[in-house]
Amino acid sequence: MKGVYPILKRELRSYFASPLAYVILVVFQLVSAMFFFLNLKGFLHLQFDPSYQLLREELNLNTVIIIPYFDTMSIVLLFIIPLITMRLLADERKSHTAELLFTSPIKLRSIILGKYLAALILLIIMLCLSSLNIVVLMAHGNPDLGVVLSSYLGLLLLGASFLAIGIFASSLSSSQLVAAVIAFGILLLLWLVGASSDTDSSIFGYISLISHFKNFGKGIIELKDLAYYLSVIYIGLFLTHTALDSERWR
Amino acid sequence: MNPSWQKGYSTKSVYLQTPFHQGIGYVNLRINAAMIQVQNVSKHYGELVAVDNISFQLEKGDVLGFLGPNGAGKTTTMRIITGYMPPTKGSVYIADIDVFEDPQAAKSHIGYLPENPPLYEDMVVRDYLDFVADIKQVPNGEKNGRIHYLMEKCGIVNVGKRIIGHLSKGYKQRVGIAQALINDPEVLVLDEPTSGLDPMQIIEIRELIKGLSGERTVILSTHILPEVTMICSKVVIINKGKIALEESLERLTNKIDGIENILLKTRYWGEEIQEKIISLPNVSDIRLGLSNELIIEPKKGVDIREDLTDLVMQNGWGLLEMRPVVHNLEEVFLRAISTEGN
Repeated sequence: MKGVYPILKRELRSYFASPLAYVILVVFQLVSAMFFFLNLKGFLHLQFDPSYQLLREELNLNTVIIIPYFDTMSIVLLFIIPLITMRLLADERKSHTAELLFTSPIKLRSIILGKYLAALILLIIMLCLSSLNIVVLMAHGNPDLGVVLSSYLGLLLLGASFLAIGIFASSLSSSQLVAAVIAFGILLLLWLVGASSDTDSSIFGYISLISHFKNFGKGIIELKDLAYYLSVIYIGLFLTHTALDSERWR
Repeated sequence: MNPSWQKGYSTKSVYLQTPFHQGIGYVNLRINAAMIQVQNVSKHYGELVAVDNISFQLEKGDVLGFLGPNGAGKTTTMRIITGYMPPTKGSVYIADIDVFEDPQAAKSHIGYLPENPPLYEDMVVRDYLDFVADIKQVPNGEKNGRIHYLMEKCGIVNVGKRIIGHLSKGYKQRVGIAQALINDPEVLVLDEPTSGLDPMQIIEIRELIKGLSGERTVILSTHILPEVTMICSKVVIINKGKIALEESLERLTNKIDGIENILLKTRYWGEEIQEKIISLPNVSDIRLGLSNELIIEPKKGVDIREDLTDLVMQNGWGLLEMRPVVHNLEEVFLRAISTEGN
């Protein structure tokens, strides 16, 4: 595993050397704050809506703000992650630095892992920044911290799965744009197969990226969901390795 | 120069035995082993044959000039040698390690400057070299010294803190060379190291490469033929994926000296001049030059200049010019390529 750290370091530095990382962080922060504000406004509105007085039991911070907030966040990630991953490998080809990387004595998996972890760190920074919204909420109310934490874990795993698929897409092309479109296509497909199934028990429900996120939003951390996301991450990285390694097959 | 590459290598099979008298198998111990060995390497891109069954080997200290017209397969061959792409057939050994079987070990012996220097445009020169040192596994203790030494040697100390993307082509090329040398490799593969540089820079880079060779084995591809005479000890010319000529520079220049022709230009011009000259005892051939001159090929090792002047004087043709025509590398190059074409 030698070589992971230098790749990781360079990749992170490169994210923050270009405006890309800042733009992504700012956009994500703005969008998440916007959705959070709309949810909050909706909650205040419902508080004073006479027709909802009988449902006061249901009218809590969790059901009206936290759960919808994380649901929308997961969709925002779907749009943003292909932009984070598109350059990871495609750009190495374009700028001829692939020749340096692939002729240096480090293992292919160290290269992939280093790049993946750099993207993961950017994702974690993104999620940490967005948690400011929750901090504000906690100053003025008492949301269920368990649900918040499990939702964040779910969001992190979901994002990490997106990243693994994104890095695979980036290994297929030397064009960043093509890589982003491929990543977006795969993610959207894996998302939609869930919507096309009525029950979670069907095979499509199991494959779907979104259906496994639902439990986390309810504060339930189940082994099968953890296993699902970790497998998606593993498969994504494995396919990336295979795609790059196959260029060196006879 | 080192003529030992001509000797080739010999192999000796040794049967390895365990203390229990169960043999492990035959192991080939190579004696007088070459530093780089390219064996019957071919590369096909679908129907297109980019490299067609080429073999050569280089000893320690050899500097190979790798020549050929555009699209001859130079870059492909170099990419195969460095392990960037696999050959379709054949194998490459670097310091006795098969590049395809054990790429990690083989790659740690190689420094490679591709046609386009592999630079991260958004990085600062110094940080970039630091990164390359890390991925090439230069020990931490030696790293700073090594980077400092190379920045000095490649003349990039004054741009150390600048962003690579803002540098001129010449500086980028130098950073590329520094990058290739960072792990002090025994084998150096340089794909057109002087392309895109101004004449001053070309001379500097040449001197640099010259200074680097010695213990190192260098493969250098180039379009500039005089460069080869200046730097290299061996020449391989490839054309359409095949080796058209493989020769040590010493031999090549000897061969050229052996067939020194004479160019003759006279004021008077007539058919009988050719007839009279060819009837001289030591002239073996005569042909017309480009602008009413005659190119006269003497018999081997004979100086016919005196005989020629005498003949011109006696007949009063009016001697305008007479000089030896040296076959240069350019001519050898063109001939090698055209014979291959036919």
